[in-house]
Formats: sequence, C-alpha cells, structure tokens
Amino acid sequence: MADKNGFFDLSKTNLTRRTALKGLAAGAGLAVAPGFVRYSQAQSSAPIKIGFQSHRTGIGAAYGRWYEKTTAAAIKAINDAGGINGRPVEVIIEDDGTDPGRGAEVVGKFATQHKTDIVFGTLFSHVVIGSAPAAGEAKMPYFVVSEGHHVASTKLNRYVFQPGITDVKSQIQSMAPWIAANAGKKVTQIFPDFAFGYDHRDYLPPALKAQGAEVIAQIAIPPTESSFTKYFPQIPAETEVIYHVMVGPAVLTFVKELGEFYGSNRPQLFGFIDSLEATDINSPGLEFLDGSHFWEGSPRYAQPDDSAAQKAYRAAVGIDDNGAAVGDPKDVSTAAHMFGCWETLYVVKKAMEDAGYKGPEDRAKLVEATEALTEFAEGPEHPQGPKTFNGKIHQCFGIQNISKVEGGRLNVVHKTKIEDGLYEPEGDYTTQPL
Amino acid sequence: MHFGPHLLLAALEGLVTSAVLALTALGLSLVFGVMRVVNVAHGEFFMLGAVLAWAISTAISGHPALGFLAALVLAPLIVGAIALVAERLVLRRLNYNPEATIVATIGMLYIIQQLALTFYGPEARPVEPPFSYRILLPWFGYSGYKLSIIAASALLLVATWLVLTHTKIGLVMRATQYDSETAQAFGIPVDRVYAGVFALGAMLAAVAAVLIVPISQAHYLMGQDPLLLSFIVVIIGGLGSLRGTLVAAVLIGLSDGIISVFFSPTLAKIIATLLVAMVLVFRPQGLFGTASR
Amino acid sequence: MKDASPAKPYALHLGVIALLFALSFVLPDYHHGLLARIMVLAVFAMGYNMLFGYVGLLSLGHAMFFAAGLYGAGLAVIHLGWSVPAAFAVGILCGAVLSLVIGVLALRTSGVAFMIVTMMFAQVFYLVMLYLASWTGGDQGMVVPQPARVLSFGATSLELTNPTVRYMSALALFSIVLLVTLAIVRSRYGRVLVAIRENEERTKMLGYDTFSNKLAAVVVSGTICAASGAAYALLFGYVGSSFASVQYSILPLLWVLLGGAATTLGPLVGTLFMYYVVDITSGYTSAYLLIVGIALILLVLFFPKGILGTIRHRWLGWLP
Repeated sequence: MADKNGFFDLSKTNLTRRTALKGLAAGAGLAVAPGFVRYSQAQSSAPIKIGFQSHRTGIGAAYGRWYEKTTAAAIKAINDAGGINGRPVEVIIEDDGTDPGRGAEVVGKFATQHKTDIVFGTLFSHVVIGSAPAAGEAKMPYFVVSEGHHVASTKLNRYVFQPGITDVKSQIQSMAPWIAANAGKKVTQIFPDFAFGYDHRDYLPPALKAQGAEVIAQIAIPPTESSFTKYFPQIPAETEVIYHVMVGPAVLTFVKELGEFYGSNRPQLFGFIDSLEATDINSPGLEFLDGSHFWEGSPRYAQPDDSAAQKAYRAAVGIDDNGAAVGDPKDVSTAAHMFGCWETLYVVKKAMEDAGYKGPEDRAKLVEATEALTEFAEGPEHPQGPKTFNGKIHQCFGIQNISKVEGGRLNVVHKTKIEDGLYEPEGDYTTQPL
Repeated sequence: MHFGPHLLLAALEGLVTSAVLALTALGLSLVFGVMRVVNVAHGEFFMLGAVLAWAISTAISGHPALGFLAALVLAPLIVGAIALVAERLVLRRLNYNPEATIVATIGMLYIIQQLALTFYGPEARPVEPPFSYRILLPWFGYSGYKLSIIAASALLLVATWLVLTHTKIGLVMRATQYDSETAQAFGIPVDRVYAGVFALGAMLAAVAAVLIVPISQAHYLMGQDPLLLSFIVVIIGGLGSLRGTLVAAVLIGLSDGIISVFFSPTLAKIIATLLVAMVLVFRPQGLFGTASR
Repeated sequence: MKDASPAKPYALHLGVIALLFALSFVLPDYHHGLLARIMVLAVFAMGYNMLFGYVGLLSLGHAMFFAAGLYGAGLAVIHLGWSVPAAFAVGILCGAVLSLVIGVLALRTSGVAFMIVTMMFAQVFYLVMLYLASWTGGDQGMVVPQPARVLSFGATSLELTNPTVRYMSALALFSIVLLVTLAIVRSRYGRVLVAIRENEERTKMLGYDTFSNKLAAVVVSGTICAASGAAYALLFGYVGSSFASVQYSILPLLWVLLGGAATTLGPLVGTLFMYYVVDITSGYTSAYLLIVGIALILLVLFFPKGILGTIRHRWLGWLP
C-alpha cells in the first residue's frame, strides 16, 4: 500500500531509538530510569493513522489480499475528498498470520509502537476474539469486518465494533423465510465443526422452525478433514434442502464429491458464499452447483439494477462485472465480504467527524460517537445498501442477497429486508466503563 | 442409507486416503530410514507437487488428460531437483545432525510456503481430472478417478519395492540404511546415496500430490496434514519397513473412514487418533519394526 | 558444568533477572509489552528444554501441556469465577496431572516413537478441546473477562491488564522458573537426567531407576509449560484451541534449538531471537516468512548448537 515507505522509516527510527536506549541502560546505569518514553501528540495536520490488521499469511490470506485492496480504494477515495476532519488518512498494515496470538500482538504493536488512532481489520473470528482483550486493555477502538456474532453477543468489550458488515446470526435469520418458502421444508445442515459452523448450527433451526420448516439432520465436519464423501450417507433420504457452509480450501472437494455422490438427482442446495469466496464459480467440478442458491453479502457479479454507488464502488476497488480483478479474470475477489471494509472506513470517518476527533486522547469520545450512530443511508459511502446500527451491541444490520447460480454466474433473485435480520439484543456495551 | 453400503463407501474412501498416504509416507520413510533425517519440509514437497500440477496442467491446453500426464511426469522431477539442491546446500553441510536438520527443514518449510504464497497465491485452485467417469452403484455414485488413484498408487509402490529389493541401487540404499559407516568403508558413495534418497523421497510426495490434486485442490497450506499423517504411518509401520509402511497406511486410512460410520465426525477423529497412539504405546517399535538398535 | 563453582552461573542468572527488571523502566511501551509476552513464552520453552535438552526426549506434543494450563486457568475464571491465584493453581495442576498420565503412557516408547506418540496425544487433546466447544469456545476461543483479571491482597488489588503489573508478573514467573531450572540442572537429579540422555543403558546398570527419573522430568516439564499457559491466559486474557495445535508444539522446540538446547538461558534467547526476527522483518516485507526461513537455515549452519550452545562450546564452558 501507498504508505509502505512511511512504515519503513518508522521501523528504522524505532530500531535506532531502541538501540540507543539499550546503550543508555547499559552504559549510563539507568540514568533515565522510570521515564517511560512519551511522544508529543500528532499535530493537527498530521495524518490520522489507521492500523490495519490483515490476514497476509495463514489460512485467511485470500481474504486478506482483497481486504487490503478494498481498504486502499476506500482510503484513496476518502483522502481525495479531503480526508477526515481535514486530515489525511494513513494506513499501516501488520500481518496477523490468521492467528489469535499474533493478532493480539499486532493490536499491541499498533497501540504502543505505531501509535495508531484506531485499529481496523480482520475477518476470522478467532483472531477477532483473541485480539479483543488487547484492544480493550489499550483502550483502542477496534473496528472489525468479521461477520461473526462475537461482537453482537456482547462477550467482547466496549472498544470493539462491527459497523460495516452484518453478523452471521442476522444473516441466517433472514435466509430462513426464503429457504422455507422456496427451497424446501426438510433441511440437512453440513457445516464445519468449529465456530463459524456453530453459529449456523445454533441459529438456523429456530429460525426455520418459525417459518414452519425444520432441520432434520446436522452434520459437523472436523476442521482437519480433506475429503467428505464418507459423511454423505448420514444425509437423510427425505432431505429436501442441503444447507452447506463449508469454508476453507477443501470446499471445492466438498462440492465435487457431493456431485459424484448424488449425480443429477440431488436435493436443493443452499449455501453461504463464504465457501467459494475468491474461487471462480466456473472452476472444474463446480458444475454441480448450477441451479443452486447462495447467500451473498454484496453480489459478486454486476446486476442489472446496480445503483450508481455500487458501480462506482466496483470501479474504485478494481473489480469487473464478474467480480474478478480488472485485467485478470482468474483473480476472483471476496466481493461478498470485502465491501465491509469500505463501509466500515466511512463509518469511522463519520464517527470521527461527529466526535471532533483530534488524537488518541479522544478515543473515548470516538467510541461514544460511534455508539450514537443509528442509520447509514445507501449511497457512495454504503454501496451495499442501507443499514441500521445498534450502538448498544456495536453491530449493524442490513439487507442480504440470495443469488442463483445460472449460466456460470450468480444472479440475485431475492433481497431481504433489514427487519428480517433483527433480533433481541443480548446485552449492552454502553454500560461498561470507558 | 443402509449400513452395508455406508460401510462400503467408508471403506472405499479409506482406501483412497490410504493409497495417497502410502506414497507420501514411503518418501518420508526412505529419508527417515536411510538418512535418519526428520524432514519437516516433507509436506511442503507434497504441496509443491500439487501447485506445480496446477501450473503445468493450466499451461497445457487440449484434453485435460494431456496436462495431467505432463504434470505427473514433470512435477515430481522439478520437486526432486529442488530437494536435491536443498540437500546439497543445507543438509549435507549439517552432517545430517538430527537436531540441526529439524531446524533447517523448518526453515525450508517457511521458505517454500512463502514462495508458494507469493508466486501462486492464497487461493485454492482445482486441477481437472484426466477423465471424469462416475461409477453408478445401486446406492450411490462414486468417482472412477478415485479408484484409479488406488491402482496408480499400488503400481508405484510395487515399482519402488522392486527397485529397493532387486536392483543395485536398492541394495546400496539398504546397505547405507543398515550401517552407513560400514557402507562407506565398502566404497559406497554414502554422500551421493543420501542426496539421491532425499530427492526420491520428495518425488514420491510430489507424485502422491499430483494424484490427489484432481479430487482435492492445490493450496499453499495443504502440506501439514500429509506431513503429520506420514510421520504417524512411518512410525506405526516400523522404521525402514516398506511392508509396515503400507500396512500402517491402509490401517490408518481405513480406520479413519470406518470409524466415521459409527461416531460423530470429530469424535471419530479423536477415537481413531487415540487408537493409533495406543498401538504405538504398546508396540513402540511399530508393527513390523525390529527392536531399535 | 565443567566448573563446579556455583558463583558464576548464579551471578549470571541473577544478573539477567536484574537486567530484565531494569528494562521494565526504560523500554518503550511496545517492546515492554512484547517482552512480557516473550518472558511468558520463554517459560514454555524452558519447560520444553527440561525434557528435550536435559533428558534428550524430543516431544512434539508440548502444546497440550501449555494448553492444559491455558484452559485450566482460563476456564476456571470464565465458568467458575475463581480468583486469579486459584485459577493459576488449577492451570498448573491440570498440566501436572496431564503430564503424569501422558508420561506413563508415552515413556513406554523412546526416540522417534516418543516424538510421534506425544504428537498424537496432543492432537487428541486439541480435538477434544474442539469437541467440547460449548465449554472451551472451540477454535474461536473465549475471552477471560477483564474485570476478573485482578490480583487482590486484602484491600489492595493489582490489575493484571496494567502493563507494569503484567510485566512484573511475567518476570516473577520467569525468574522463579529460571532459578528452579538452574537448581535442578545443577543438582544430583539433573546429572542423572543428563546421564540418561548420554547413555540410558549404562545409567540403568549403575542402579538408577531411569523410568521414574524420566517420568519425573516429564511431569516437571509439563508443569512448567502449564504454568506458562496459565499465565498466558490470565495475563493476556484469551484462551483458544490454536494454542493446542501442532504449531505450538513445534515452536518451543524451535526456540530451544535456536537458543541452545540444554542451556538454562537458551530458551529465553531463542524466544527473544525468533520474536524479534519476525517482528523486524514483517516491518520490511510481507514475505517475512521467507526471511525467517533463511535466518533459521543460516543460524543452524553457523551456530549448529544454538546461540548459547555455540557460545558455551567455543568460549564459555561454564555456562549452565
């Protein structure tokens, strides 16, 4: 990203400073003893620094790359329009290795070394949960684009927000009416035996029940599994819909093996696109998905009724009508999630402007200003659609897309309403001390 | 589905796992047995095989079988060459010291993984199978290609066995494995044997990966599970025993498949792993190993 | 151990502890926080070194002992609402019991079989933590609530989330474990362990019960690792299954080999080195793993016994 040189210099200065300090400690007999080194506050014209915790390596790397691209595009758009409070915005990227331990270290690094104003970032739930304590302790606002239910569960802390993407619980709940009405009443769920899967395991059955449909079997696949055929016999014969949310690199195997198992005589399929993010829907073996349906946060393929804002967003990020990188049709984006980076950064901008944010001493004000937000109108800042925001649970709510695979592309066939995804808040962050 | 067909399916799946595992583990077993080197980067050679298979098969147009066959020949050769270079540049200079080679192969693991991430990318990419024939059984459909993996793996295993037992190269390798100092004294170029064995081990992993990649897919982190499973197979089978490696691979592949019929998937994994660990606890030399010298 | 005089090693170790104490006042915030983490993980490495360095048993499953402490302490706070000292004790106890059970089973094997058996037991432990996700939080893990992370002494209470308290707690744990290891290594028992490493048959013939000695070493090692895990949960506030994965079994091996196996300070040096290589290189390039890999290979080529091992070999024979 554009700030690479800045970062470069920063680490260099820190290195020399550290060396100097070590020399001091050894030589001058700790003359500087209890003096924690403090630095002067950023000048008003100095850039606002956003620490971006990115999955550059590890299992989340495909997401990380596109999160970075989207973030770069949003920052460019914000800076071109005058920045935040008249100050330019600078992004500093650190790799979390898609690992919760490293994630927490990275948050610490942003807070104490880079001295960023906020931390922004990541997708994988375990990294968010692992990093949340570090953010809370450093009193560092931490804006995530994870879609996990962890933020809204109010089990994290007052400094963690998810204002740019809906959470899984809300997504599942808004899918249920459509599934029951259009796909079938007897549903078998196949999901990975870890947290992302558990959200589906726990929230789908009650949501379907409310619609007069039922989950007749739940098959949890261990995360270390790389082949799936041996689990398919557990799918009851009367199944009308297979609801699948496999994630990770093995998903192609999963689909292919499902195809070999069933042939043309298959139940309806409904899946979450998470499985196939950054994967070409026309990959060999995926023919079996033709005619099946997917949840999408934001549509991968350009739709006939796309708004001007959606078109502008796609152009800014650099994805073509098929949701692949402009100029490289094989480089498929994570379109269904990465819009959340764009929208979150605009929420940050809005909240910082509302709070009259000047520097790290205003972080508490920023938290309160974010909690005070209630609505985001559809437009260039929120191209995916309108959203509401619940400041008590730090979570936004929005519309969802259901798309059908036909003719080698995903066509949106249904858009849910915001109300479909609302649920009773499970707690209230605003009662926690700042 | 009824119990019988379910079991049949699980057994078939288990056999496919076993077939790939046997090849990968055999490579590790050779390196381990002959050189006494714990090659932590073995899984990365497996991954490289899959990634190269993708690169080669996408570079060659025409019928998918053409690209696949090219990959089957070229990918192991390239991986073998890389392993050879790594052996010459690093392992030889460490005098095959067991502890130093662990650190060095962890270093290789990082290097190979990062290079794959940089040049190949973080996405999982599929390779088209050379043929896609679906065998229709009365109860379920099954991939014809998967069955052919079992056959291909069996052929390669027999070929390796013949080389080890009936050729001079094999004799030299076994002599080195038995006692490298005496072998040296008898004029066997132990140094070159080691280089050859390390390359061969990597090539076996790469072949296994090329075979599996049409039903799995290439991903830069795919090396870890085969590595762990191969270690288990090698030790359970007994060090240096080809027969043991094969039996252990079938045992582990089948138990993994069949136990999944009776228990919920994660519980099945727990039980299967615990069972295999207990085999080792009560028979530390492995199934076919002789007591350690 | 060539020099029998205890003065030099003890002076060195106390000096290291004093230096770490002094660093607390001069380090910039970031390195202050990082060093606290490194000290906790160095305890993990020291526990590993106890078994690997001094007994010569290469385990690939020590993540389970670390994680036993992590979960034992973390879950005692999360589910039972126990106080920090009680939770810490539970964590250590979990590690002690687990290592006793694993030791009895795994010590029937030796060499590579020991390596694989420990790896498989650790894998079972990892899967069990996933299987019990309703209590453990599975792979997502759980946050140890910040308000619970306080040490109370009557009226005064210390918040473990305060950087200075955290640093000093980590240092206290590190110092205790360092001095305990030093004492063990220099004791008669420590020499028996080294004798087992060098030649188990001969040690047995000399009349030592090698099995009990090894079992004791497994338990000491597992307990130290659990102490590190418990401290990690309480000081950094997160428990999750990634700490039980095989990666966290390989890390202490790597740290120990880098710092120098069978050196008391090697684990600290190795952990410190690895952390800073990653930290510094990741600032320059996103392909930092490449540099880490090359660094490992160069290090092992030129410092085959690890950093301190090589220093001891070449210059300072008295290093413990």
